[in-house]
Amino acid sequence: MIRPLIVIRHVPQIDFMRWHIFGFAFSILLSVVSIGIFAAIGLNLGIDFKGGLLIEAKTQGPADLAAMRAKIDALNLGEASLQNFGAPDEVLIRLPQQSGGDKAQETAITAVKQALGDGVEYRRQEVVGPSVGSELIHAGTLATVLALGAILVYIWFRFEWQFGVGATISTIHDVITTIGLFAIFRLEFNLTTLAAILTIAGYSINDTVVIYDRVREAMRKYRTMPFRDLINLSLNETLSRTILTVSTVALAVLSLLVFGGEVLKGFSIAMLWGIVIGTYSSLFIAAPILYYIQPRRRAAGREAGESEPARPEQRPRSAKG
Amino acid sequence: MLYFAQWKVLLILGVCALGVLFSLPNLFTPAQLDWLPSFIPRKQVSLGLDLRGGSYLLLEVDVAAAQTEQLNSTIDNVRDVLRNAKIGYTDLNVQDGAIVFTIRDQDRIDDARTAVSKIDPSLSVDITPSGAGKMQFTAQATEQRRSQAVDQSIEIIRRRIDETGTKEPTIQRQGQNRILVELPGIDNPEHVKALLGKTAKLTFQLVDQSVSVEDARRGRTPVGSEILPSEERAARAGQPPYYLLRKRVIVSGNMLVDAQATFQNNEPVVSFRFDSAGAKRFGDATKENVGKPFAIVLDNRVISAPVIREPILGGSGIISGSFTVQSASDLALLLRAGALPAPITILEERTVGPDLGADSIHAGAFASIVGVVLVVIFMFLFYGLFGLFADIALIFNLCLMLAALSLLGATLTLPGIAGIALTMGMAVDANVLIYERIREEMRSGRTMLSSLEAGFTRAFGTILDSHVTTLVAGILLYWLGSGPVKGFAVTLSIGVLTSLFSAILVTRLQIVGWLRRWKPKEIPL
Repeated sequence: MIRPLIVIRHVPQIDFMRWHIFGFAFSILLSVVSIGIFAAIGLNLGIDFKGGLLIEAKTQGPADLAAMRAKIDALNLGEASLQNFGAPDEVLIRLPQQSGGDKAQETAITAVKQALGDGVEYRRQEVVGPSVGSELIHAGTLATVLALGAILVYIWFRFEWQFGVGATISTIHDVITTIGLFAIFRLEFNLTTLAAILTIAGYSINDTVVIYDRVREAMRKYRTMPFRDLINLSLNETLSRTILTVSTVALAVLSLLVFGGEVLKGFSIAMLWGIVIGTYSSLFIAAPILYYIQPRRRAAGREAGESEPARPEQRPRSAKG
Repeated sequence: MLYFAQWKVLLILGVCALGVLFSLPNLFTPAQLDWLPSFIPRKQVSLGLDLRGGSYLLLEVDVAAAQTEQLNSTIDNVRDVLRNAKIGYTDLNVQDGAIVFTIRDQDRIDDARTAVSKIDPSLSVDITPSGAGKMQFTAQATEQRRSQAVDQSIEIIRRRIDETGTKEPTIQRQGQNRILVELPGIDNPEHVKALLGKTAKLTFQLVDQSVSVEDARRGRTPVGSEILPSEERAARAGQPPYYLLRKRVIVSGNMLVDAQATFQNNEPVVSFRFDSAGAKRFGDATKENVGKPFAIVLDNRVISAPVIREPILGGSGIISGSFTVQSASDLALLLRAGALPAPITILEERTVGPDLGADSIHAGAFASIVGVVLVVIFMFLFYGLFGLFADIALIFNLCLMLAALSLLGATLTLPGIAGIALTMGMAVDANVLIYERIREEMRSGRTMLSSLEAGFTRAFGTILDSHVTTLVAGILLYWLGSGPVKGFAVTLSIGVLTSLFSAILVTRLQIVGWLRRWKPKEIPL
């Protein structure tokens, strides 16, 4: 018989509730900083949202960025940004939206290609007009808000409204701080990042739901246990699952970050941050919030009682947080 | 727990077998597939442009411009009608999508309304008591024209792209005024973009010689004439780069049946042929105007203005201008494909070279494989035999995802590959939940079988909740996302569904099989 090599046998007895005030303070600080920086300097929007031109070129031998920049600057196409992209012979060139409509963008791309001369391979070129960009921002914001709304409704339907509020607050916290991360470190925010943020929202709620499920179950099982202990117990009981799941997802995301290539880098960074902050917020925000807006305990037994029959069995050990 | 209905077992095994069978073709190249026995399906996952290389273009049909043009051509009718009815008017022009004019004599407003109403039933006529008139297309007519213009544009774009020989292009309507064009395998889209950007409206018009171009430019343009620029004339010194033309169109490009690039006196030219109606009109016009010049106009620019030496009755002719071989063959292509009903703007372009695409596939596939291997090892370390069961379920999950993607004809993009890798990490969450639950039940003193039973049933509610929330995010992403992001949403959503099947049923089937075969005394968790 093949036994597991690593086993967490006993349920830990961490007093999460003791630290929740620090968690709240830290999260509020993080959110305020995120919002502040976002408001002050905004996001480093990629051309998906800002509009503009992007060319990914591969040179023979290491690219001489200064020389290339000089050639492109001579064209007077606005402020060009050049950077190495993954390898020394790969360069990413960004240009702002050209005034003068569709034709101007096309001319600009042709001009850059001519200026750089032969011996350069063009791996990618993108042109996004400003109208499309603002539509994408609109659709993206709408998607995020709708997703949060739909999930809130689902949780409300499956649980009680207090759980919905807790899940929403912690998820909004995750989304805000992820956006903050992108604002602070000037990481490019593009369509894939947006996809990552929605996935983070999904993952974070996923994580919260698992803990809430346990809280709800404990509420039925231990009707007299103080709510504080109840939350601690639920968090401890699900802790090994939380750690294992966050580890498997992190492994998958880490391999994307390391081996997935330059194009997926932004996505992977967002996801990695998201699963860390999502796990943190489930433990230190979503669960403790319930302490302040306590769901009614008896009603819980009656409501969704069909799916999980309440078993008032007593555990041998006393519930001490 | 021990009981698994026979049909359920067969169903689960059947789905797994089908998953393997339908995901199999993706391991081979098309050439290798030809060698395989015929029972193996051929359908592979179709790759997005970011993986196979190609060009994605989002075009917008400028419907407003088409409508303005239509109003401009109606203005002459309004002028004629009012003149014939001897109704005085001023300020007749097109403004903000409407023809506006002022009737001088307020007593004749009703006459004016009756007269202009007959011009076009799709135009609504509104004249205020003070005499300010306004004619515009009704909402219904606008909508109909818009829809027609977009449909027609799609058709013409398809013809133009087919003429360039692009393989498997996708051309579809998006939203109200937009057309999405996907051209796999194109790594220099400049040429196609140039071809799509041209309206290619060709007309033959007479040159107005009653006034010199210079005079006309000074504001003395005769009624019914227009000034159009000419590059051919601009190239010659000493002449204004314009022509003064009669607005009336003798023949237009829609009467052409063929156009070919050819040579005349070693110069590239375009030869064309009219249909019978066009041939007759062209013949009549040239008969009446021998010795006078006529202009060949493309998209409001004069290509050339030769003098009619003799009536052209055969219905075919040659357009010469300062063409290169490329521009002559492009013009011939555009004329064959027909004119766009409205100008087109390129709103978005994304082109990926085939090398980058291949690199992305390799990087994405490698990252996914590494991710799966890591997760497999991890699960084995933490759950032993049961971890292996979960790992086997995970492999079937991967097969099922690939099979579903192949069968649905969904497009796999780079973010889509990221979605697969991510799903692999998240799929085992269901197993983790179940196994942790089983451990807990064991700790609380239950028997082996009842722990297993309770583990599966109690974890199920949680698993369902967590999968539904992810699915909600996936569906919204698909609904509101575009291009590559849609690809991510597809794999994420499919992955959620397949992992629900594999992590619960496939794992459980293995555990039941293990219980029956080995009759173990305890659970190795």
